[in-house]
Amino acid sequence: MIVVDHVTKTYATKTAEVRAVDDVSLTVEAGEIFGILGRSGAGKTTLLRCLNLLERPTSGTITIAGTDFAALSASELRRARQKIGMIFQHFNLLNARTVADNVAFPLEVAGVPKAERSTRVAELLELVGLTDRAGSYPSQLSGGQKQRVGIARALASHPTVLLCDEATSALDPATTEQILDLIKDINLKMGLTVVLITHESEVVRRICDSAVLMEDGRVVEQGHLIDLMRTPGSRLAELLLPINAAPTETGRVLTLSFAHDDADAPVLSHLVRDLGIDLNILGGSVEIVAGHKVGRLKVALTHPDSFEEHEVERYLAERGVAVSWA
Amino acid sequence: MKTTWIEALPDLGLAFGETAWMVGWSFVLTVLLGTLAGVALRLTAPDGLTPNRWFYGIFGAVVNLARSLPFLILMIALLSFTRFVVGTAYGPTAAIVPLTVGAIPFFARVVEAALREVAPGKLEAAQVMGASTRQIVTKVLLPESLPGLIAGATLTLVTLIGYSTMAGAIGGGGVGDFAIRYGYQRFNTPVLLMAVVVLIVLVQVIQSLGDAVVRSLNHRR
Repeated sequence: MIVVDHVTKTYATKTAEVRAVDDVSLTVEAGEIFGILGRSGAGKTTLLRCLNLLERPTSGTITIAGTDFAALSASELRRARQKIGMIFQHFNLLNARTVADNVAFPLEVAGVPKAERSTRVAELLELVGLTDRAGSYPSQLSGGQKQRVGIARALASHPTVLLCDEATSALDPATTEQILDLIKDINLKMGLTVVLITHESEVVRRICDSAVLMEDGRVVEQGHLIDLMRTPGSRLAELLLPINAAPTETGRVLTLSFAHDDADAPVLSHLVRDLGIDLNILGGSVEIVAGHKVGRLKVALTHPDSFEEHEVERYLAERGVAVSWA
Repeated sequence: MKTTWIEALPDLGLAFGETAWMVGWSFVLTVLLGTLAGVALRLTAPDGLTPNRWFYGIFGAVVNLARSLPFLILMIALLSFTRFVVGTAYGPTAAIVPLTVGAIPFFARVVEAALREVAPGKLEAAQVMGASTRQIVTKVLLPESLPGLIAGATLTLVTLIGYSTMAGAIGGGGVGDFAIRYGYQRFNTPVLLMAVVVLIVLVQVIQSLGDAVVRSLNHRR
């Protein structure tokens, strides 16, 4: 759906050249929710802005549904952009327009006749649950309501892709959850491909199917969340599902990751019984990630001479548990 | 024998009509042309939608030059231009030309500043929805900055009334000229005061109306 191929974006400052995005390649599959996680300054905003050519990449190509945006003329680009919706951290609604007229804006721009516009606007307001606020002005709405208007507006011209620029960062936790659920809902109902950037791992954990971790303009890790959770040493796994374990001096420390239905099976107690191992649980967490129950657990196996490491590894691997020592 | 203020009333009415004529027309022209100029400045500014260093630099310099000339000097400097445009350099209609030329650069900067207040994110949002530059100007920039534009237009109208008092120098007439003729040249203080009161009330009414419109616009946003 979206293919980013060796994209670099540099800015010239007075003293030096800054590489905001440094040789990034990634693929977003149709219909998935794709997260770009990173701290501020990691280059994720610049990367997102490259997707709809708010920024022009210095090198590399980006194709969306087979179209290379950089090769389009100005008027072709305007038409192509109508197929990519975007929502923003600060909503960017027009204060001079009512809620209904804000949602109608992209349709006006595209020259949709008035009667058709009002039908579509009514549909969209229904979808985001703001039918009763159609005549209100943005200043009369709460943050969550404003973002709902932003979402309705972004969906107006039937886009295939929705870009979310820190869409929930200005909202409180409860409202964040509602907005994320709405995005997930729309993704499922309409098969919309969603690319979101955020600095909050909670957002990625709650709704993303795939994610990349960005640092200093580079992608340092990427994959499907469900796979990443089971990848030993994955930094995304540690960010999304942190194990707050106290350091220990005794025993061999083992990290276990389990997903799907394994999370419900009593693998550990079997391990203790079948291999005759003693262990201490140091820490762990179980959460729903990408719609699956996923757990990560850190244990210390006491009496290291009482077992063979490879035997433990094999035993757990056979039961679908990914392991890594320490 | 001094003219009493009652005897001067018809003359004042005439002068008020001249002021309204000069100021009214030049205000309408200033708003139209000044808005165009202000939009052009905003768009071509280094952080504008269509940056153009040369245009912004040269046009901006012309605007600043026109603004730095005292109005009286501008009026005299424009005499032959005025004659070319209206056919005469004398009278209330002729005064419209220097008034407009003097107010456009002022209003253009006011417009530019008001447009600058529109958050860049709103323009980006419009861009990513596929809006053309023309659509962004008419559907985002101007409507979003309307309260600022109206406040600026009010300021410009008051400034025009101030300028118009100097139009007597080229036979423009008006309330300012009336005040000079009766009060300054004939030492008729009561009539002078009457003219001053008329000017004060006029400016007050305009300012209050402008403020009321801005308030009602801001109220619902």
